[in-house]
Amino acid sequence: MWPSSESIEPGHSLVMPSSFDIAIVGAGIVGAACAAEFARLDLRVAVVERDIIGGGATAAGMGHIVVMDDSEPQFALTGYSRRLWQELRPQLPDEAEYETSGTIWVAADDYEMREVHRKHRYYAERGVSTEVLDCRALAEAEPSLRGGLAGGLYVPDDAVVYPPVVARFLIQSTPGVKLFLGSPVREILHHGVRLESGDSILADKVVNATGDAAPSLTPGLKVMPRKGHLVITDRYPGFIRHQLVELGYLKSAHSDSNESVAFNVQPRRTGQILIGSSRQYGVSDKGIDRTIVRSMLKRAAQYLPGIGSLSAIRCWTGFRASTPDKLPLIGPLPDQNLYLATGHEGLGITTSLATARLLVSHATGRETPIDIAPYLPARMMEHQHA
Amino acid sequence: MPESIRLIINRESVDVPEGTTLAAALLRLGKAAVHRSPSGELRGPVCGMGVCFECRVAVNGRGHMRSCQTICEPGMEVRTDE
Repeated sequence: MWPSSESIEPGHSLVMPSSFDIAIVGAGIVGAACAAEFARLDLRVAVVERDIIGGGATAAGMGHIVVMDDSEPQFALTGYSRRLWQELRPQLPDEAEYETSGTIWVAADDYEMREVHRKHRYYAERGVSTEVLDCRALAEAEPSLRGGLAGGLYVPDDAVVYPPVVARFLIQSTPGVKLFLGSPVREILHHGVRLESGDSILADKVVNATGDAAPSLTPGLKVMPRKGHLVITDRYPGFIRHQLVELGYLKSAHSDSNESVAFNVQPRRTGQILIGSSRQYGVSDKGIDRTIVRSMLKRAAQYLPGIGSLSAIRCWTGFRASTPDKLPLIGPLPDQNLYLATGHEGLGITTSLATARLLVSHATGRETPIDIAPYLPARMMEHQHA
Repeated sequence: MPESIRLIINRESVDVPEGTTLAAALLRLGKAAVHRSPSGELRGPVCGMGVCFECRVAVNGRGHMRSCQTICEPGMEVRTDE
């Protein structure tokens, strides 16, 4: 159970003499976006981070700003968030490497081509512009792709960003945000957090934005780590021009099997190629799994035969925070001053800005810009609080 | 005497003894600077043992090959950053 507020002795052993309106645990891009959003309303915000800004899943994400259509709530969140990214873009520093490179969903065969047309209609009905590419148009758009592919769906307004820089920008460029780095939180209290050091930070409300680590501070959360690998190459400008994702990606992302890989590659502004993606449940070891990397690269080479002759310079891993229904947890826990902003799985970069807008609107009694109901933690907390 | 082999460096035919590293062949031509850093500075072989990555050139159309770790082969086409 939650410690009552009496368990804190105000004024004793506090890091800060004053208390905060909000303490956000976790300085990933989701926590950073929430911090900036609360601070915009002139609230006093503490961001408490065990390590560095954007060092967890934020550094292991590709930074693909993408509209997704697996479900209506997912479309609503990603579509709204992509608009927020477009609004934020002029303020972002150059190092954020925001590029509207667009996505091409690659269809290998006629069966997947039917999915291209379905997606095209779905997006068109909802005001998102896309373009169907036939075999030839695909080859013209991406000459490095192998021949014989059926076509693809081009989504021109999808973008790419360098997430750790954005997280740093959101925290450091927003007045009113106080950052506590290297401050692991031992427990979340009713009115603040207690650090491993024994110090407490007092706050009226606490946001748990610690990604896959969220259940360690909020026991009972159905958030599971889902490991991913990324490989980045040296600089080969022009090798690819858009983020390329196989349509079979959804099979991988949605499969509940323990291991899957999918073709998902991205051109960086530097000319480097970022190569994904892999998904593994039930693994806590951060180390690089060579078998997975090999099958990931093999998958990429099936689409981009020339990729095998490029030099890879770095490989790393990270853990997505996945939920059973593939939707994030955004909003309050019942009867607590505690809010959740986690469970974004592979879409945390895209949906960070919308998450912050929804969470902060809800927490401050304002109307949310889109319906928050599908993301409220209450949907998964019935059993814990019954 | 080792056999001589002929390769092409920046469209120029060059003969070197068999077994010569590409970095050595480039230095024989007086090319100490073969690579440009991302900020545009000229770079050349420093360590000679594959660690510093400053000697990278394009070999047969493939970029970022460490010339110190590449043995010259007949007909090899090499391009340096100018």
